[in-house]
Amino acid sequence: MHDAPSAKELIEAVKAFIDKTAAPQLTGHAAFHARVASNALATVLRELEIRPQAEAAEKARLETLLGKTAETAGALNRDLCEAIRSGEVNLSTSGLLAHLKSTTIAQLSVDQPGYSGLKTATR
Amino acid sequence: MPLAAWAAAHFGAGARLEALKRLSGGASQETWAFDVLAADGPHPLILRRAPGGVAAARSSEAVSLATEAALLGATSASGVRVPAVLHVSPPGSAIGEAFIMRRVAGETLGRKILRDDEFAHARTTLTRDCGEALARIHAVPVAGLPDLPRSLGEDQIAKYEAIYRGFDMPRPVLELAFAWLKANAPAPAPPVLVHGDFRLGNLIVDPGGLGAVLDWELAHIGDPREDIAWLCVNSWRFGHSEKRVGGFGDVPELLDAYHAAGGAKIAPADIDWWEILGSLKWGVMCMIMYSAYKTGADPSVERAAIGRRVSENEIDLINLFEGLGRHA
Repeated sequence: MHDAPSAKELIEAVKAFIDKTAAPQLTGHAAFHARVASNALATVLRELEIRPQAEAAEKARLETLLGKTAETAGALNRDLCEAIRSGEVNLSTSGLLAHLKSTTIAQLSVDQPGYSGLKTATR
Repeated sequence: MPLAAWAAAHFGAGARLEALKRLSGGASQETWAFDVLAADGPHPLILRRAPGGVAAARSSEAVSLATEAALLGATSASGVRVPAVLHVSPPGSAIGEAFIMRRVAGETLGRKILRDDEFAHARTTLTRDCGEALARIHAVPVAGLPDLPRSLGEDQIAKYEAIYRGFDMPRPVLELAFAWLKANAPAPAPPVLVHGDFRLGNLIVDPGGLGAVLDWELAHIGDPREDIAWLCVNSWRFGHSEKRVGGFGDVPELLDAYHAAGGAKIAPADIDWWEILGSLKWGVMCMIMYSAYKTGADPSVERAAIGRRVSENEIDLINLFEGLGRHA
């Protein structure tokens, strides 16, 4: 498979079309949704850049925390949720809060990098 | 037109309607602004009306318009600043199920209230104003109120946990919040009238401070600490995280004003549990809004994108967990 244009280039092109051509011609609700659409594409662009490495790091931390390996971070997260729900893992479990903080900082760096709570967490 | 007929009956023949404008298109409510020009001058008013004048199936928690109007009367009698209700229109009447209240001048947008010079003085009094208003709301005699839903902390945990589990989208931070809240639940306080959505956005602020408390749809009988902590949830600080009370104030000042106005004595550490519940609830509500996209009920990009705001509440929860020791 080729990547000319790459997924990143295609999304950038669509985002530029929304921002520079479509949005200025819209009013009211449509203009609002155009801004939301543009922001959603910005989220996808950040995800393409940040997720592969962040998710690999998350998976490695989960394997340490749970003492087991799995195919995906998603499967390990399911196990972690079960362990929290059963009480086997809780707020005083060594490494839990640090892991969740690192994971959530990475997630927000994709989802809402301007959010005030992210600045509080990284201060 | 029924509204013009009401205006003539209420303000005298010759009273004219002007500038009728729809303000919001909520699924459960219509809100209209209008002016009545009467012999004694202009009267700025608001009409709150069921869509098409007929009550639709509302969210299980939202109170009826007639109840909302009754709450405005009861809270006003207890000294809470709320818009005066002029008319309650029953289902099946010409106007339809609705009520009419005075339109209070001022601003509701959180970002403007926290930023604009016009509100610089208001920001210095708003913390005390909110403490007093909350104490008066919580002191309203419950016996005289219409039937309201009863929802204490444990009811809310059960409700939101059932919704969260129904989505089958496990999120460890939310899971930890549910587990921690259950393991650390405080003894319930004596139940009082709780506003249910007391925060910037639902408060009219004028240059002098708090002008009126709006949006009583989520009022219920519950724990007074729920209202106090909801005002502190970081989502309602509109970027001004350093001020825990709504982006404008500090918790000790709020709690002092609350106690001075007759409210219970509450310690800042007591707010943590309720603020964690507040952030957790808002996180699950973002999942609910996203699920409207996922199920196809609302295919808008806005509903899809809101699913990427759950993580805002997750970082707020983590910051709260890290701060637990500091507030003790």
